[in-house]
Amino acid sequence: MELRAYIVRRLLLLIPVLVGVILIIFALLQFFSPVQRAALYVRSPQQFRNLDQIIEKYHLNEPVYVQFFYWISEVLKGNLGWSKSVNMPVSDALLRFLPATLELLIFTVPLTIFIGIKLGITSAIHRDKPVDHVTRGLAIAGYSLPAFWLGLMLLMIFYGFFTGLFPPGRLGLDAEMVVSSASFQNYTYIHTIDGILNLRLDVVLDALRHLVLPVTTLTVINLAFIMRIMRSSMLETLNKDYIMMARAKGLDEKTVINKHARRNALIPAVTVSGYLVASLMAGAVLTETVFNYKGLGWWSVNAAVQLDVPAVLGFVLFIGTVIVITNLIVDLLYAKIDPRIRLG
Amino acid sequence: MIATLLFLAVVFSAILCLPVLVIRGRVEKISGGTGEKTGRWENFKANLRPQIKELKFSLKRLRKSPLSIAGITIITFFAIIAVLAPVLAPPADPNRPYNIPRDGFSQTPKPPNENHPFGTTEGQFDIYYGVIWGTRTAFTVGLMVVGASILVGIVLGALSGYFGGIIDEIIMRVTDVFFAVPALILAMAFVTAMGPGLDSVMKALILVWWPVYARLIRGEVLQAKQETYVEAARAMGASNFRIITRHVLPNTIFSVLVMASLDLGAVVLTAAGLSFIGLGAPLGYADWGQMISFSRNWIVGPPGQPFLYWYTVLIPGLFIFFFVLGWSLLGDAVRDILDPKLRRK
Repeated sequence: MELRAYIVRRLLLLIPVLVGVILIIFALLQFFSPVQRAALYVRSPQQFRNLDQIIEKYHLNEPVYVQFFYWISEVLKGNLGWSKSVNMPVSDALLRFLPATLELLIFTVPLTIFIGIKLGITSAIHRDKPVDHVTRGLAIAGYSLPAFWLGLMLLMIFYGFFTGLFPPGRLGLDAEMVVSSASFQNYTYIHTIDGILNLRLDVVLDALRHLVLPVTTLTVINLAFIMRIMRSSMLETLNKDYIMMARAKGLDEKTVINKHARRNALIPAVTVSGYLVASLMAGAVLTETVFNYKGLGWWSVNAAVQLDVPAVLGFVLFIGTVIVITNLIVDLLYAKIDPRIRLG
Repeated sequence: MIATLLFLAVVFSAILCLPVLVIRGRVEKISGGTGEKTGRWENFKANLRPQIKELKFSLKRLRKSPLSIAGITIITFFAIIAVLAPVLAPPADPNRPYNIPRDGFSQTPKPPNENHPFGTTEGQFDIYYGVIWGTRTAFTVGLMVVGASILVGIVLGALSGYFGGIIDEIIMRVTDVFFAVPALILAMAFVTAMGPGLDSVMKALILVWWPVYARLIRGEVLQAKQETYVEAARAMGASNFRIITRHVLPNTIFSVLVMASLDLGAVVLTAAGLSFIGLGAPLGYADWGQMISFSRNWIVGPPGQPFLYWYTVLIPGLFIFFFVLGWSLLGDAVRDILDPKLRRK
């Protein structure tokens, strides 16, 4: 199959998945009474006074398929409803909390991938030796740690014992003042990047100080995922004939591993990075809650606890879309890296 | 309560019976099921020999792997706690054993003392009682969710893999949808819709977890379908149902077991996360996730005594951690041992 045909097919496969996510969300809505569902269409607090009018306007008392038609046309227009927990439309809230989560992921993703690959290779080379058992044991332990508990323990040590060394939240009071002042240009709302662009090192440092613990938590928990795949892929590669060949012709072990084995073993690790994003998003929900780090995860948990349904559903729709698109990009990259895939 | 225990017993015995089923399925497929009566026992023994050899080999590898031994030890330890819970922490009201007894309503946690070996949380819930009965909650949630997901997965996965075509396409596109949103986030949405509570958490987790097994079993069925023995069974006029249940499914059991042991930890972890957020068990129910959420305001002690309330965070957390660790260690070791690509290298 040609690359272009492959891309087209992948894009077509995207449609049923997105339709499915939308259908699940719509099905969840059916748990609620028309009055509760009317909140989905509210755009401002004033409108809460005439909910009956909204029920009438969006046909919430009519059969399911009629409701679906009106609901989907609103969603496609970008109207996801009103998030009562933060008092703003869901679409605005998504945009407002996205930069914080992005900032978290910008630091976590490369760190997780880099350390995970390193550990996986070390473990595979020393298979069934003490080094292997220790690395694997540590990675499994990391995977088994509840994100929220690890976060609390880290806070206990680095916020309690070393008083205020790495505080929770996103910015300290001083930095918050700087960021919200008129002279500070918020290009991306990602504080570390904005700080560099505004040449305010104090903001960058403060943002980093708040990032250390959440990034550590997320990395530790997701490390095992990459490591495990890298290890088994490396083990499989080391069993291949061309590795035996490389050894037989007298290459030293370092060259065999770095030049011959590692490159091929990396391919499976690339394919799973799409799933890594999914797993990080789930981890971010708990991590942001523990550290009071006001990103998408924090917002969605806050919304769920206050039964702010439009916010939770909007969040699910957003995450679903992000992950589907990430997987698409990863698949396309994969086809580019590994020519064998194109034919398959 | 009785229904839960009954279910646990069924799941446990089912897991124990699985290897037998596998061997039986294989023997039947080799001896053809309806062969002559003479020499059947000899046939049986002869056919069984490679299976036993493989099983012995697997067990030997399992014994040699320190990680799996650690995993099995930890799980056994927790199983003993769960079984002996009424002895270790006798409930005040036998009809509602999952309600943690309260000793007053004071907000400040109290350190371990004679009456409360692990201390009390905020609101004076006894930590020792909570973690002991919480072990039962964890086993219940884990086994229920994984068991139900396997059942749904087997039915849909087998249909999908065996019949292929449009059925396969529909079922697989549905699983795609579930894979597009992380389990925790989707479960959170389901619980928000159904209303918080442990029942909602379990239902939500089953709803988001079955696609894993449907995919896994479909893949295995697709592979098994190509084997000569399935062709032979079909040539002998076996029905689709018989081929699936007797010839195809028994050969997929091992990979399901590996997946299940890894998942049990993950399910309990996700459920604990939902409880921590405040969407799980009601206030005062013995549940590890909730106990950690009690400690959130007490991670930093007064000036000069930063670790004053250590017991509220550390103890319930260690229980979750070791429970999940046990299952992960076991699953990881078993996966490595059963992986045919790496098996004898």
